[in-house]
Amino acid sequence: MTLAPERDFGTPPVTLDPDQGVAAPVMVTIDGIPVSVPAGTSVLRAAALAGIDIPRACATDSLAAFGSCRLCLVEIDGARGTPASCTTACAEGLVVHTDTEQVRDLRRGVMELYLSDHPVDCVGCADGRCDIARLAREIGPLPVGSTTDPTTDPTTDPTVAIDSVRASLVGLTHGDASRDDSNPYFTFDPAACIVCSRCVRACAEVQGTFALTIQGRGFDSVVTAGGTDFLGSECVSCGACVQACPTSALTEKTRRALGPPTRSVDTTCAYCGVGCSFRAEVQGEGAATEVVRMLPLRTGGANEGHSCVKGRFAVGYAAHPDRQLQPLMREHIDDPWQPVSWEVAIERVADGFRALQQEHGPGAIGGISSSRCTNEEVYVVQKMVRAAFGNNNIDTCARVCHSPTGYGLGQAFGTSAGTQDFESVEHADVILVIGANPTDAHPVFASRLKRRIRAGATLIVADPRRIDLVRSPHVEANWHLPVRPGTNVAFVNAMAHVIVTEGLADDAFLAERCEDVAAYLEFISGPEHSPEATEEITTIPAADLREAARRFAAGPNSAIYYGLGVTEHSQGSTMVMGMANLAMITGMIGRKGVGVNPLRGQNNVQGSCDMGSFPHELPGYRHVSRPEVREIYDRLWGVRIAPEPGLRIPNMFDAALAGSFRGLYVQGEDIAQSDPNTRHVEAALRAMDLVVVHDLFLNETSRFAHVFLPGTSFLEKDGTFTNAERRINRVRPAMPSKVGKDEWQVVCDIATAMGYPMTYAGPAEIMAEVAATTPTFAGVSFERLDALGSMQWPVEDTESTGTPIMHVDGFVRGRGRLMLTEYVPTTERTTRRFPLLLTTGRILSQYNVGAQTRRTANSVWHPEDVLEIHPADAELRGVASGDTVELASRVGATHLRALVSERMPVGVVYTTFHHPVTGANVVTTDNSDWATQCPEYKVTAVQVTVANAAAHRGR
Amino acid sequence: MSTRHDGVDPEREATVRALVARYAVHRTALLPMLHDVQEHLGYISRQDILTLADVLNLSIADVHGVVSFYTDFRTSPPPPHRISVCRGEACQAVGCEALYAATLTAYRESVDTEVTEVFCLGNCALGPSGTADGRLLGRLTVDRLTALIPPARA
Repeated sequence: MTLAPERDFGTPPVTLDPDQGVAAPVMVTIDGIPVSVPAGTSVLRAAALAGIDIPRACATDSLAAFGSCRLCLVEIDGARGTPASCTTACAEGLVVHTDTEQVRDLRRGVMELYLSDHPVDCVGCADGRCDIARLAREIGPLPVGSTTDPTTDPTTDPTVAIDSVRASLVGLTHGDASRDDSNPYFTFDPAACIVCSRCVRACAEVQGTFALTIQGRGFDSVVTAGGTDFLGSECVSCGACVQACPTSALTEKTRRALGPPTRSVDTTCAYCGVGCSFRAEVQGEGAATEVVRMLPLRTGGANEGHSCVKGRFAVGYAAHPDRQLQPLMREHIDDPWQPVSWEVAIERVADGFRALQQEHGPGAIGGISSSRCTNEEVYVVQKMVRAAFGNNNIDTCARVCHSPTGYGLGQAFGTSAGTQDFESVEHADVILVIGANPTDAHPVFASRLKRRIRAGATLIVADPRRIDLVRSPHVEANWHLPVRPGTNVAFVNAMAHVIVTEGLADDAFLAERCEDVAAYLEFISGPEHSPEATEEITTIPAADLREAARRFAAGPNSAIYYGLGVTEHSQGSTMVMGMANLAMITGMIGRKGVGVNPLRGQNNVQGSCDMGSFPHELPGYRHVSRPEVREIYDRLWGVRIAPEPGLRIPNMFDAALAGSFRGLYVQGEDIAQSDPNTRHVEAALRAMDLVVVHDLFLNETSRFAHVFLPGTSFLEKDGTFTNAERRINRVRPAMPSKVGKDEWQVVCDIATAMGYPMTYAGPAEIMAEVAATTPTFAGVSFERLDALGSMQWPVEDTESTGTPIMHVDGFVRGRGRLMLTEYVPTTERTTRRFPLLLTTGRILSQYNVGAQTRRTANSVWHPEDVLEIHPADAELRGVASGDTVELASRVGATHLRALVSERMPVGVVYTTFHHPVTGANVVTTDNSDWATQCPEYKVTAVQVTVANAAAHRGR
Repeated sequence: MSTRHDGVDPEREATVRALVARYAVHRTALLPMLHDVQEHLGYISRQDILTLADVLNLSIADVHGVVSFYTDFRTSPPPPHRISVCRGEACQAVGCEALYAATLTAYRESVDTEVTEVFCLGNCALGPSGTADGRLLGRLTVDRLTALIPPARA
C-alpha cells in the first residue's frame, strides 16, 4: 500500500448540526474555485477540500487551529491585511486568494526565519520525514542577492537554492541543543524543533495528558516534558506528539535507525479491545521484513488517528529471539523439547487425539480458542472441535473475562455485545464508569472519554480504587463511589432504587420497550435496596449515591462503560443485568450518547465469542440445542453436531482431574498463568495425556505440554478482529508467517489428519462461510471490508454497512427484559486470618500476562508487579514502599514488592498479573460467576506480611 | 508515567497548601498562587510545582510552563542580596547601560549578591532606576548601590 501520508486538511471538520447553530453550508470562492462548507470551517480546510494545499507548519486536522507558524497567510477580498487561513472561518461569499505576490513574499520571509534556525544537515529533511525542506521547496525563499523565484524559475534547482539560503543565513541557532533519548521509543531533538506547539497541543487535545509545555519565552522557548526528560515526566508515551511533529524533532527511534520504509500495510492492533487501525510501515520483503514504525490511521473508526504506547511502539515481541519458529515435541512433560517437522507434529496431535477418543470416548478431548486470534482462526478451531473432534468441548479465554457480558446482555437485550460505537461517548452528558480503568487498560478510548469530560460531561466513577479518572490533570470525577469489591450488585440496585422510588424512571420507555416491568419495579423498590441500607455493604455513602443516581437519571444522555471489575465476580452476570436494568429504567438505550458498553480486554474477545467458541453456542450466539441452527452446520459440514453443550474451561480441568478428559488443544492463551487458582490448573494439565499448545512463545502452560505448535503474530496474520464496539476490522499481513504455516492452516491440517478434511483457499473463504451461515454477519466479506474500511455487526445483508448503535427502534429480543437482580454476597469473605481483599487489574505499559509487552522496552515503566496497599493497612503491618511482602490467600501465597498508596481504600489491596514470577493467580480462588463460571479474580481474601524489608530502610 | 510525589518535603508541602488555600480551585488562580509561594518561601521549588499542580489538578508541565515563562519567578533560593537595574528606554536615555555594566563589574566577585536587569519599574521620571533588596531607587548610581550593599569578596 501507499507510503504517502494520509491526507491532512489542516483543521478539524465542522459538522452540520442545527443544535450547535451550524444549520447550513456557506459558499466561498478560493482561487476562483467555488467551495461549499459548513459555516465556521477554516479557510485552510476549505481550500484543502478544493484541492488547494496552502503551506502550513503548525496546523493539522487533529488539532484546533493555533495560528502560530504564519505560513498559511492568504488575501481575502474586502478584508485588511493577510489573515492566517487556519484561524479564519468561512462566511458566505468569502473570496480568497492563496497565491498572490504579497502572500508569496510574506511566506518567503517567514520561511527564511525557519531555515535560519534549522540544522543544515537535518537528516529528516534529507529523507523526507521533516516538512521544513518540503515547505522551503514549495515556498521558495530567495537566495540572498537573487531575484529569481526558485519555485517558478525552471532553471533554478530548488534544493540548491534552499541550501544557498541556509548557508547565507547567520545568527543565533538552537543547533547545539542536546537530544533527549530517554524514552525507549522516540527521541526529541530540539535542534530540529520549530516550536509550533503541535506536540504540546496533541498531548493536551488528543491524548489528554498535558505532559508537554513550552518552557521559557522568545528565543529561549523550547518544548519540554515539564522540565525533565521524557522518561521521567508525566508522558505516557502514546506517540501523539511524534505523530503530530511536522519536523524530525520528535522521531521514532526505529525510524531513525532504519530510515524510510519501502512499503506499508494497513492493519489492526492486536492488544486491547479498542482495536485501533494502524499503518505498518516496513522495509524488506518476505521473512526479512522489518517494521519501521506503526502509524495510527485517521481513517480508523475506533481510534481516529490516535494510539497508545502498546499499539504504537510495543510490537518488537514479534521479532523477539524467544519466539518459537519450529514445532516441538516430547514424550513426557519432564523430557526436553525436540524440534520436529510440521508433518510429524500434526501426525502426533491427530493420532494422539484419536487414540484418546477411542479409549476414553469422543468427549475425552477438547480445545480452547483465543481472543488474540482472528475471527477466521477462531472459527476454524471451533469447527475442528465440533466437526473433527465431534463434540462441543470448545471454550475460549473470554470465559475468564467477559463471558458474563455475553450472557447478561444477551438475556436483557437479545445481543451479547455492547450497544454503542466509541464515537457515542462524544454525545454523552453523564458517563458512569464501573469497574474499568480505561486510562490504563483502554487508553485510546480513555482519551476520547477524557476529551468529553473536559468539554463538560459529568463523570461518575464506581471503583474501589482512586483510578486516574477520579482525578488526574484536567479531569475530575463529580462522584467517586468507592464500591467494596464483591458488592457491585448492591450498588447498582441502590442506583435503580433511588431512580424508581424518587419517580425519576422513564415510564414511557418502560411501557413501550420493556417487559417484566411491574415485577422489577416492585422488587427494586424494596427498602433493602435503598442506598442507606446498602451503605454498610458497599461502603458508598448513601447521600453521594443518591445524588449520583439523580444525575444519571437526568441525562439527557447517560452512558455506562464497564470492564472486568464488573464481570470477574461471583455475581458478574447479575451485575451486567443490573446495569442493563439501570439503562432501561432511565431510557438510556437506542441512541447516541447512551447505552451499556463493555470495554473488552483483548483485541478479539468480541469476535472469538461471535465465532461460536463457547461450548453451548454456535457462531452468532445460537444455542447448540436449536435444531434449525445445528441443521445449517450439519448440512454444510456433513456431520451431526451434538445438541448438548460441551465442557467449559473449569469443567475441563475438573474432568481432567477426574480422569475423563485426557487431551487439550490450547491456542494463544496461557491458562497456567491467566486462569485462577494456578495450582489446580497445573494439576489438571499434569493429569492429561496430550496437551497441545499453539502459541508464539513457550509459556507457563507449555511446561505441561507434549506438543508445541508455533503460532503467528498479528503482523503475519490475514483476517479480521472484532473490537468492543462490534467493529470488524481487517488484519493484513505485513510479512508471511515466520513459522511456515498460518494458524488456520495448522488447525485445518489437524482436522484433516484426524480424518475430517478441512481446506480453505484462504481466510476470505473462511469469512465467506461465516457470512453464509451467520445472519448477523451475512453482509460481511473481505471485499466489502476492504472497500468500507470496517463494519459494525449486525450486517444483515450486502446493502447494510453495519450498525453503530443497537436497539434503536426495538430490542433484538423484542422487548428489553428487566431482571430481578438479588444481591448475593460472595462466599469469599475476609476473616481474622485473611482480613484484606485483593483485587487485580492492569497497568498502561503492560498487557495481560505480559507475554508480548514483557518482551519489549515497555518494561522500563513496569519491571515487576507491585502490591498497592493503603497507608493505614501498611502501617499496621509495618510495610513500607519497596518492601517485599508475602501475599497469602486460602489457596496459595506469593511474594511481591509493596507500594503504599492512597489510591487504595482501607482494607483493599491491588496488584497486576503481568509477570509470571509474581503469580498473582496463585492466590486467586475457584469462585466464579454463577451463570458463566467467569472467575472471581476481583475478590480474594488475603493477608499481607513483610517478607523482608527493603534494603534502603536501614539507611 | 511518573508518580507525582517523589522526594516530598512534607513540611514545605503543608506550608504551600496552607498558603494557597484561600484561592478558588481554578487554573486562573495559578499566578497569584505562584506569587504567594515566592513571596513567602523565596522561590518556587520543583516540589512546589508538583504541589500546585495537584492543588489545581493541572499537569506538572502546565505549572512548569507558566513558572518558566516569567523571568521574575525564581526556581532556586535567592542570594542574601539582590539588585536590579532598569534597562528600559527611558532609563537608557539617561545612561542606564553604563550603570548596568558598572554594577555588574562592581559585584562580579560578590557571591552573596545577584544583579539582574529589569525592563521598566514605572519610575521613568527619576531614571536611571533600580532596586536594592526590593527597595525602589531613582537617580541610581553605583556608589549608592555599593553604599547600601557593600560588594563582598569571594
